[in-house]
Amino acid sequence: MSTPSHVLVAGASAAGLATAEALRRKGYTGELTLLGDEPHVPYDRPPLSKQVLAGAWQPDRAHLRTREVLDALDARFVLGDAAVSLDTANRTIHTASGRALRADAIVLATGVRPRTLPGQENLRGVHVLRSLDDALALRADLLRARRLLVVGDGVLGAEIAATARGLGVEVILAGPQSAPLATQLGPLASGLLAELHAENGVKLRLGAGVEALTADGDRVTGARLSTGEVLDAELVVVALGAVPRTDWLEDSGLVLGNGVVCDSRCRAAEGVYAAGDVARWHHERLGSLLRLENRTNATEQALAVAANLLGADQPYTPIPYFWTDQFDAKLQIHGVLTPGAEVTVVEGDPAGRRFVARYERHGKAVGVLGWNMPKQARLHRQQHLTTGGTR
Amino acid sequence: MKITVDEDKCCGAGSCVLAAPEVFDQRDEDGVVLLLEAEPAEHLRPAVREAANVCPAAAISLSEA
Ligand SMILES: Cc1cc2nc3c(=O)[nH]c(=O)nc-3n(C[C@H](O)[C@H](O)[C@H](O)COP(=O)(O)OP(=O)(O)OC[C@H]3O[C@@H](n4cnc5c(N)ncnc54)[C@H](O)[C@@H]3O)c2cc1C
Ligand code: SF4
Repeated sequence: MSTPSHVLVAGASAAGLATAEALRRKGYTGELTLLGDEPHVPYDRPPLSKQVLAGAWQPDRAHLRTREVLDALDARFVLGDAAVSLDTANRTIHTASGRALRADAIVLATGVRPRTLPGQENLRGVHVLRSLDDALALRADLLRARRLLVVGDGVLGAEIAATARGLGVEVILAGPQSAPLATQLGPLASGLLAELHAENGVKLRLGAGVEALTADGDRVTGARLSTGEVLDAELVVVALGAVPRTDWLEDSGLVLGNGVVCDSRCRAAEGVYAAGDVARWHHERLGSLLRLENRTNATEQALAVAANLLGADQPYTPIPYFWTDQFDAKLQIHGVLTPGAEVTVVEGDPAGRRFVARYERHGKAVGVLGWNMPKQARLHRQQHLTTGGTR
Repeated sequence: MKITVDEDKCCGAGSCVLAAPEVFDQRDEDGVVLLLEAEPAEHLRPAVREAANVCPAAAISLSEA
């Protein structure tokens, strides 16, 4: 494909902005449009469950770039207007307000939306956490509440539980796993996380899924577990994972299946690419389709897409990476910590809550976890996870 | 080019070190970014731009002068 003269990006957040910036850095001088349904300029999501929810940061500290830097990008931002359909053959996106935006190349970066429990939309006192507005609404309610129930024992649920405890709220964390993040981290690290939460006063109700929310009129009162037990709370956050925002692409002819399905170049169709949480691409070295929901991937995949838009024809083969902050623990996870992997502590000491662990499968290192040892974790990543790197 | 880093934002990812090891390092204790060269030489600048761009916490700002 020749260099496009107009690139249109749907989704004006981490991946969308990074695509635009990478295009400019690589010398692209054509027209650039970013379309986003949120009214805000691009902001970062990781601080939402941490600094912004805690009140340590004013919302604008989460903005990804200053006004000046955005202006210097020389891109047209169409904000507060959602893409509602894509005409793939004509590379035209139609929007909720009736715009028809045509381009030579399109990048899909619409992210994911939180999964919900049946009926929760009609209840007061129930929250999800994906956007800045979600974070501010949850924070406002947390400052008035005595008791919060977090439904979901994954990364987001555990972070919200920790932040809410920091605000002095009583917190119950409910979920089906034996410990927070058990499937993601394995028994050693998730066991330590469970201890950390318990020590800090989070009541863990693990090992049973939440079946339904309970309510009094239109106000939530808690939730019922699959065991029949009922947990009372004034406020509930549902953090049950997320689904790719591809509903608007249903008639596009693109292959959809837990994300926009792409080839190893992150290409969904001729001139149509996907990046970030919404993209499910073929990872050549792992030999399978992969979709990652983490901040580093949003940027790195955007870089790969920008390069391929300009003709690089390179496969995207990153080492997955994410971090999470809970209480005084900062975890860094490089690679893929498959369940059942063999775990060896290679530095520090779990008892001292500062260590690096290496995860191996069939004698081959597949992942590295750092617990309050970010630099050392990165060094072990460089030592052990050399194949499959982005550069 | 002048680099500034916002230590409060830094999440210790180390992506900047992977991209430009001559210019960035991390503190041993908490992984927070260490600036080795606030005004990097010409030949390092592309790598620095890359580092600023891949930082998942948007903690690195550049002013081109
Ligand atoms: C609270 C929270 C905490 C997190 N913490 C961490 C962390 O500690 N570490 C980590 O690695 N990752 C973390 N993540 C994940 C990380 O933020 C995401 O991986 C990243 O934001 C993905 O970027 P994206 O641009 O692909 O998607 P998003 O950031 O979701 O952006 C997609 C954008 O597209 C817009 N959009 C959607 N549909 C349409 C449409 N039809 N038309 C126009 N616009 C549309 C959305 O409103 C949104 O603005 C966290 C996420 C959340 C929500
Ligand atoms: S990449 Fe960003 S967040 Fe990571 S260590 Fe460097 S400055 Fe900090």
